[in-house]
Amino acid sequence: MAITNNRLTKEQYEQNFSDIRPPFENKTAAVVEANRCLFCYDAPCTKSCPTSINIPKFIKQISTDNVKGSAHTIFISNIMGAGCSKVCPVEKLCEGACVYNLLEEEPIQIARLQQYSTMKALQENWQLFERKPANGKKVAIVGAGPAGLSCAHVLAREGVEATIYEKEEKGGGLMTYGIAAYKVTPQFCEDEVNYITSIGGIEIKYNQELGKNLSLSDLQQNYDAIYLGIGVGVARQLDIPGEDLLGVVDAIKFIYELRDKGYSAIPIGDKVAVIGMGMTAIDAATQAKRLGAKEVTMIYRRTQEEMPCTEYELNIAKLDGCEIIWLAAPKEVKGVNGKVTQLVCHVMKLGEPDISGRRSPVDTGETITLDVDMVIKAAGQVPFEDLVKGSSLDNKNGKIVIDNNSATNIQGVFAGGDAVNGGKEVVDAVQAGKDGAAAILRYLKLF
Amino acid sequence: MADISSSFLGIKSPNPFWLASAPPTDKKYNVLRAFEAGWGGVVWKTLGSQVKNVSSRYSAVDYNGSRVMGFNNIELISDRPLEINLKEIAECVKLFPDRAMIVSLMADNDRNSWHELIKKVEDTGAHGLELNFGCPHGMTERGMGATVGQDPEIACMVVEWVMEVAKIPVITKLTPNVHSVVPTGRSVVKAGTNGLSLINTIQSVTGIDLDTFVPNPNVGGKSVFGGYCGPAVKPIALKMLTTIAQDELTRTVPISGIGGISTWRDAVEFMLLGAGNVQVCTAAMKHGFRIIDDMIEGLNNWMDEKGFKKLDDFIGKSVPSITHWEDLDINYHIIAKINQDKCIHCGLCYIACEDTSHQSIRLDYGKPYNTYSVIDEECVGCNLCKLVCPVDDCITMEVHRKGDEYINWKEWQKRGLPLNDH
Ligand SMILES: Cc1cc2nc3c(=O)[nH]c(=O)nc-3n(C[C@H](O)[C@H](O)[C@H](O)COP(=O)(O)OP(=O)(O)OC[C@H]3O[C@@H](n4cnc5c(N)ncnc54)[C@H](O)[C@@H]3O)c2cc1C
Ligand SMILES: Cc1cc2nc3c(=O)[nH]c(=O)nc-3n(C[C@H](O)[C@H](O)[C@H](O)COP(=O)(O)O)c2cc1C
Ligand code: SF4
Ligand code: SF4
Repeated sequence: MAITNNRLTKEQYEQNFSDIRPPFENKTAAVVEANRCLFCYDAPCTKSCPTSINIPKFIKQISTDNVKGSAHTIFISNIMGAGCSKVCPVEKLCEGACVYNLLEEEPIQIARLQQYSTMKALQENWQLFERKPANGKKVAIVGAGPAGLSCAHVLAREGVEATIYEKEEKGGGLMTYGIAAYKVTPQFCEDEVNYITSIGGIEIKYNQELGKNLSLSDLQQNYDAIYLGIGVGVARQLDIPGEDLLGVVDAIKFIYELRDKGYSAIPIGDKVAVIGMGMTAIDAATQAKRLGAKEVTMIYRRTQEEMPCTEYELNIAKLDGCEIIWLAAPKEVKGVNGKVTQLVCHVMKLGEPDISGRRSPVDTGETITLDVDMVIKAAGQVPFEDLVKGSSLDNKNGKIVIDNNSATNIQGVFAGGDAVNGGKEVVDAVQAGKDGAAAILRYLKLF
Repeated sequence: MADISSSFLGIKSPNPFWLASAPPTDKKYNVLRAFEAGWGGVVWKTLGSQVKNVSSRYSAVDYNGSRVMGFNNIELISDRPLEINLKEIAECVKLFPDRAMIVSLMADNDRNSWHELIKKVEDTGAHGLELNFGCPHGMTERGMGATVGQDPEIACMVVEWVMEVAKIPVITKLTPNVHSVVPTGRSVVKAGTNGLSLINTIQSVTGIDLDTFVPNPNVGGKSVFGGYCGPAVKPIALKMLTTIAQDELTRTVPISGIGGISTWRDAVEFMLLGAGNVQVCTAAMKHGFRIIDDMIEGLNNWMDEKGFKKLDDFIGKSVPSITHWEDLDINYHIIAKINQDKCIHCGLCYIACEDTSHQSIRLDYGKPYNTYSVIDEECVGCNLCKLVCPVDDCITMEVHRKGDEYINWKEWQKRGLPLNDH
């Protein structure tokens, strides 16, 4: 057993990481699907999209060949409509609520239709928004992820100058550095960021890290308001013996490297254990498999009933050949010569419901041992606790606390996205950015 | 199994489905394929003097992704030499003696031309003639086609010429491009036509190319009004058929129903409104002759289900149920009912009634699904909600009579009963 990179040929990598939600082949295919849409009133799909895209309207616009109008309908509610169309877990959002489900029929392929219009807009660089004349106000945004970009776009539309400070050298946040490579490509992420900023009035300053070469007070001095869209950080520590052995890796870092360096550069084990059953865990497991790991086993301390990922996501992992062990919690990582060789788990059973309403797992006293050479930790992410606390921001375990006006406890400082909710979806972060922008506009008395 | 064989003016065919006079019937090759596929008969593409066609010739109306809801053409009568047509007709009759062979005619507008043409056609062994008084384009400018059909006197004159020589049954095909088909219908029946057929195509503009600004079909940058047919014209054809089936004089002759027939269901509807048989063009042009299979099987199964042994058992059955508005029962009242178990919460009934009808549907907001229910007192029983509902039998119209007594508008007025209850 060994951890090595470059396990597959170029063709194999390409095939393994090809687009999981491919676009419609052509206009006819899109229009056939668009015509299936019933054009519901007060549509359930729209109510189930966190950004409330007027779905029946944009679909109708595809069927009348008003693709520009369709793209505008999407972007007015969600400027990352293109990215969302590729990464949204639609089975629990818009498509999950489509009335066709109630007829036991396939729901409308909302995301693929959304992709049809928005990708055309990106490709043709359609400028669908006009900026209001500059009003002299300046806002600093920290983080060029979905929340920050969405906030910046609304502000730019309203004539505000938005400056985004981003610690990485590329924009897009976890869209660029976190989401599975078979959902979006680096090129797409870059194009999407460029499309968003092409409206004008948005400047992104890269390699600028709040808390390092930048402080909140600097920003407060130079800007009329501040929006924090810094997301969340690394994967939660397991706090078990052996966590520092060679071969134990953080899922976020693992995926970051994968997205940053390319498939063949990423070392992967023969037998990989992934701890957790959220989106990140699924993405880590499926991508470990697609990088050429022989066996991938997912470990989760509860059962399928309680798992945080959707059934659709679970099925991707299953179809990729990942094994799943329910009711197992990591106890210890064992190693030889400083390298991982085994993962020991407690066997759990379900007890009484906890505060989240989910039945909490209790130790049965038994254990199981897996022979592995790599352990990927994906049991939730931790917020940037030091940064948040160091800036005297009200917080809950590092998650920034805001009121229903997106405002933090510090006057003129607003926040949203993963940094506040602890980690949801891109589409939630986009909505948070819109809410933040609206709050800032009210604060600056521009509304 | 029911007997679906048909005898129209004594012309026998194994089923009541004929192909209408049009491209599907314009040469031996097509007609033999049609007979092999199982069609009961054909009306050969209209013969007359030599013409020349243009290109392009057709255009269509698509609706919500469904192609060819309506079809439009600017073709003329047969553009093949008469002698070839006649020779091929004779060959087809010989090869398929059990199928109906009707020949459509549009001679030049003089007695001699008609007489000569009829004699030549009768020599082929064809079983009947159909007079094309309906073609709405190209031929009209020459005083033929619809020009004849639109003027009862000219139509009468031509039919009289025809009847002077015709030895086989004569069907006169009516044009719909008139305020009413009845005057011409009466006039040609008086002149002696043995039967009627309707409708021919309706003058139309199917659409305009939004890039070139030229209407369809485009012939070198120009267009003309074309003849409209296909599913879109069926309701108009059914109405026209009914007026012929109800008129005292025209109903005395057999009627061949045409216009937008694509399925056995469409055919049955025409027959219920008095058509002795039916003719099909667009549906065959869209799908080919193979549609005949289901037409035959569907008709058979339906007749068995309803207990009809032969076509005459149901032909004309619905004619009496179309009446005058003032004879309708005002006490008959229906109220929509939404089956909550079937409802998929699309809200289409609500928005239709709320914006355009009687605000009779209540909306209770939910996330993501709203609940919709009918406000009985407000519902006028218009059917709109039921029509727009995408789920079969989810909205039903329940009878809640306003009174036991049948009372019509004339009686209502006589008694001075209240108006405008809504
Ligand atoms: C592995 C993984 C898979 C996922 N898959 C999906 C998916 O399929 N679909 C989906 O909808 N969502 C998915 N998500 C969630 C989604 O990526 C996030 O919810 C979303 O990106 C949150 O947006 P954000 O703007 O709040 O934060 P982020 O995207 O995290 O953006 C924050 C930005 O702030 C920058 N930043 C952080 N700290 C500082 C600082 N101190 N100074 C300057 N800049 C800073 C970061 O570099 C980053 O660019 C996934 C997440 C993970 C981890
Ligand atoms: C391309 C085309 C050519 C036609 N040519 C004739 C014709 O020569 N003579 C005629 O009587 N009717 C002609 N018709 C009319 C059809 O016979 C028929 O009356 C009409 O199309 C309505 O039937 P449908 O809806 O089934 O097509 C033609 C129709 C089409 C589409
Ligand atoms: S943004 Fe996501 S949830 Fe909203 S409509 Fe598009 S695909 Fe669905
Ligand atoms: S619920 Fe489905 S059918 Fe209705 S508008 Fe939305 S996508 Fe269309």
